[in-house]
Amino acid sequence: MADKRMTVDDIVGELGSGMTIGIGGWGSRRKPMAVVRAICRSGLTDLTVVAYGGPDVGLLCASGKVRKVVCGFVTLDSIALDPHWRAARQHGKVEVMEVDEGMFFLGLQAASWRVPFLPTRAGLGSDVLTINPGLRLVRSPYGADSPYVGDPADADVELVAMPALHLDAAIVHTNRADPAGNGQILSPDAFFDPLFLGAAERRFLTTERIVENGALAGEAHPLATVALHRMLTDGVAETPGGAHFTANPPDYGRDEAFQKEYATAAGDPAEWEAFAARYVLVDEAEYRARVEERNPR
Amino acid sequence: MSTAGRDPGVSRAESCVIACADAWRGAGEVMASPFGTIPSLGARLAKLTFAPDLVLTDGEAALMVGAPPIATRPAELVREAAMPYRSVFDVVWSGRRHIMMMASQIDRTGNQNISAIGPHAHPKVQLVGVRGAPGNSVNHPTSYWVPDHSVRTFVEQVDVVSGVGYARAAAAGPGATRFHDVRRVVSNLGVFDFETPGRTMRLRSFHPGVSVDEIVAATGFTLAVPDDVAETRLPTPEELELVRVVLDPGSLRDREVRS
Repeated sequence: MADKRMTVDDIVGELGSGMTIGIGGWGSRRKPMAVVRAICRSGLTDLTVVAYGGPDVGLLCASGKVRKVVCGFVTLDSIALDPHWRAARQHGKVEVMEVDEGMFFLGLQAASWRVPFLPTRAGLGSDVLTINPGLRLVRSPYGADSPYVGDPADADVELVAMPALHLDAAIVHTNRADPAGNGQILSPDAFFDPLFLGAAERRFLTTERIVENGALAGEAHPLATVALHRMLTDGVAETPGGAHFTANPPDYGRDEAFQKEYATAAGDPAEWEAFAARYVLVDEAEYRARVEERNPR
Repeated sequence: MSTAGRDPGVSRAESCVIACADAWRGAGEVMASPFGTIPSLGARLAKLTFAPDLVLTDGEAALMVGAPPIATRPAELVREAAMPYRSVFDVVWSGRRHIMMMASQIDRTGNQNISAIGPHAHPKVQLVGVRGAPGNSVNHPTSYWVPDHSVRTFVEQVDVVSGVGYARAAAAGPGATRFHDVRRVVSNLGVFDFETPGRTMRLRSFHPGVSVDEIVAATGFTLAVPDDVAETRLPTPEELELVRVVLDPGSLRDREVRS
């Protein structure tokens, strides 16, 4: 069985400028921030980022790495809106494909299932269809005379055809993983991580700790917590604290004080420069040391 | 109108809680998804009184037992079932939900905006994003909570249609209208619905202490005002006790709406 262990830098080395990259997690929860930071200090540019957006989107935008964002929102949870995202949008620095959260889910599902679109009511009548003029409707082929029509209102009905969201690469962060690339999520929500991996050409996990194959489940944790199987992954990197400052229970909660400092830095270029020099443009060991300094155990 | 028995101390925030709670009256066994402190209090009050089958989430990934006080710490909540985000769409698209979202702008036909102020391509103010509003509004009952009623929030036409109103749903056809139901709008001034022949916004009730003229002046479009429009009902003594003593002893409600 292949040993898929690699480093965060190996993961970033497999990415290229101009790529479409999916990032797992949700808002300011279980985001693969170690990889996000590594992208920020890399030479990569012109990325399309696909995410249930949180500080991953804000940090990449503030670091000038992003051409386009595909999302339904960008939030920090305890702070309603990521101010770096707000600034990037208001200064016209990034394009956006803004869709309903459920359409986004179906886009990943369609790519994962290798169909070109999935139909939904979500989006009908809204400006999602006008701000994304490439989106199309699809008419149900089942008419009033079809035995397959449940309700007459659905005969020949027109729905949104949410296109597949194909990803060049996807990165998600898990609580535990094994060298074969199985991933374990110990908080109650896997979010859409299996679909990000399913929609991508190259699939990477980062994780708090790698344990041996077969040791993820046991008395402490039911098998259902191993929500990501190895057919969905190409590489796995151990990076303790790799989701900091986003929430990654039960390993750690959100570092609210750090998040506040990150958000506040959006207000002033000099402050952002200082923040980036201290926390973004440093390697992971240095980052961890500086976070440790802030939060002595 | 008799004012006998009226509690002179009912605050504006408490009137808003009652108005929000009433939005879930008769909802049955559906997920109530309130955004904001006052809608959250309203949903919990409804569950403790006239809508006992309502389903409430813990704000993360589970359904919670009962209707605990608003300031309950997550560790103290009792959970009855898992509800990760992916499963939420099973609920949304099957219609077993009545959401009360907030609106940065809302207009005469019930369109809501939480995406951007100004043109979407070059927003003057970027907001959180459309989130689930487009899908919610065409799949299950949807209400809105606007704690700052003014001509800036109640506008003739919203800048980016996130939640879909009546005219836009009708124009989009049966796919959009089949389950479309913008039920209520509750603001810090009154309660509104769309029960007019043209499906435009109507004043349903004004909160105690607010005049109809005040509401009309704070609304940026022509509001339908029935001749016999009444005051928002007062809470019963039991409801008032639940809000003040059980659900929100710390008066978080007053931080969202001041009297």
